[in-house]
Amino acid sequence: MSKITQGQKEYLQLVNSLKPKPPYLKNIIMAFLVGGLICLLGQFILNFYVSIGLDIEKEAPSATSATLVFLGSFLTGLGVYDQIGKRAGAGSIVPITGFANSIVAPAMEFKSEGYVFGVAAKMFVVAGPVLVYGITTSALIGLIYYFLKL
Amino acid sequence: MAIKKLGAQTVKFQNPPSIIGTATVVGPVEGKGPLREYFDLILSDFKFQEKSWEKAEKKMLKEAVEMAIKKSGIPSDKIDYFIAGDLLNQIISASFAARELGFPFLGIFGACSTVAEGLGIGAMIIDGGYADHIVVGTSSHFCSAERQFRFPLELGNQRPPTAQRTVTGAGAAVLSNKNQNPRITYVTTGKVIDMGAADPNDMGSAMAPAAVDTIVTHLEDSKLTPEDYDLIVTGDLASVGKDIAQKLLLQRGIDISNKYTDCGLMIYSPEQDVHAGGSGCACAAVVTFGYILNEMQKGKYNRVLLVATGALMNSTVVQQGETIPCIAHAITIENL
Repeated sequence: MSKITQGQKEYLQLVNSLKPKPPYLKNIIMAFLVGGLICLLGQFILNFYVSIGLDIEKEAPSATSATLVFLGSFLTGLGVYDQIGKRAGAGSIVPITGFANSIVAPAMEFKSEGYVFGVAAKMFVVAGPVLVYGITTSALIGLIYYFLKL
Repeated sequence: MAIKKLGAQTVKFQNPPSIIGTATVVGPVEGKGPLREYFDLILSDFKFQEKSWEKAEKKMLKEAVEMAIKKSGIPSDKIDYFIAGDLLNQIISASFAARELGFPFLGIFGACSTVAEGLGIGAMIIDGGYADHIVVGTSSHFCSAERQFRFPLELGNQRPPTAQRTVTGAGAAVLSNKNQNPRITYVTTGKVIDMGAADPNDMGSAMAPAAVDTIVTHLEDSKLTPEDYDLIVTGDLASVGKDIAQKLLLQRGIDISNKYTDCGLMIYSPEQDVHAGGSGCACAAVVTFGYILNEMQKGKYNRVLLVATGALMNSTVVQQGETIPCIAHAITIENL
């Protein structure tokens, strides 16, 4: 509907006054703890790769990201990641493990429609917007950085 | 002249059609809920030995229909119509079940209000003298609904406390012109009501005004009062919507609080992590055909008003910023 009537406006106010609010404080604390733990795990993995002789500038960070992506995907496949996500919210969505989850989850879900129109076509249905705006933003920032350096 | 029509939106039957056989199939989560004793078949897994959720949903509906016919004692070739609907696009669960059942089929869509819409249409066809036996059915499946309306199951997202869980299950009932209890005595067909709610994670608030409108109209048309009922039950308003509906009714001077409940609250226990409660076509269907009709047979309730509620939207229009139009149909079921 294009225009909200007075009656609708009053009703939406009533709904807002009655409906339960999400437990914000609990959600924030859980997100902080779980997000922090995932980053801590990443740091351990990075230190491990450096200790076995990988280059700290390039090789070790890439290997760490790849390991975390694998862990996120693996836990999604086991049906564990959505259980973590339910409690941790942004704490497990924002790290790279969450990005892996957002690609693997639809890939698994749409397998029943086949490997082309199911898995491949639907794989980026959640992560797609993140990629589009993430890459666009980084290109813009890169451009600004380039001109500032001139 | 429409001699069976009462007031604006209600029909009163001359020879109230009876419900002579019902069956319910539910998923594993509903099978752990407080009403588990009342269901005929509880699935141990979501796929029901099928390859997809959609196939599993169709199989549940077919199973429920066949069981209901068997329990009614009516031979299958005496079924005049099969009236059914579900939540999936183009009501495929219903029409694919109909493909295998082979009855003359009327597909209906009323979202989660489908069970009451089907019972209402079926009862009108029977009292009109156009059929002797009609089977009405509906189904919904948590997994098939999630993928159509929301996100992939394994996605680690967080749901707000107003969200509801789609009931996995199917219910079917055989209506007949036989002279026995329980019967459908009144049908109040709802109007589409849109109070501007647009949050698909809060269907209860969107649907509550439709339920209220239908209850008020039903009471005005039928000249019945809440005191005439042993139980007034809405389909799937769940905790948030139920409170709002009760409040809106009180504003209109109607107090139903001592006999009012909601199928979405009955089907799960609070420990089951389902947020506000249950929803979906199967919610009102399995609670009515499982619990309510069983208790009516035992004499716990003698006159029940079922007000099944539905949100008439899809994910495309929600993304386009449309508000959610809702409907509620009321059916009076009683032991005469």
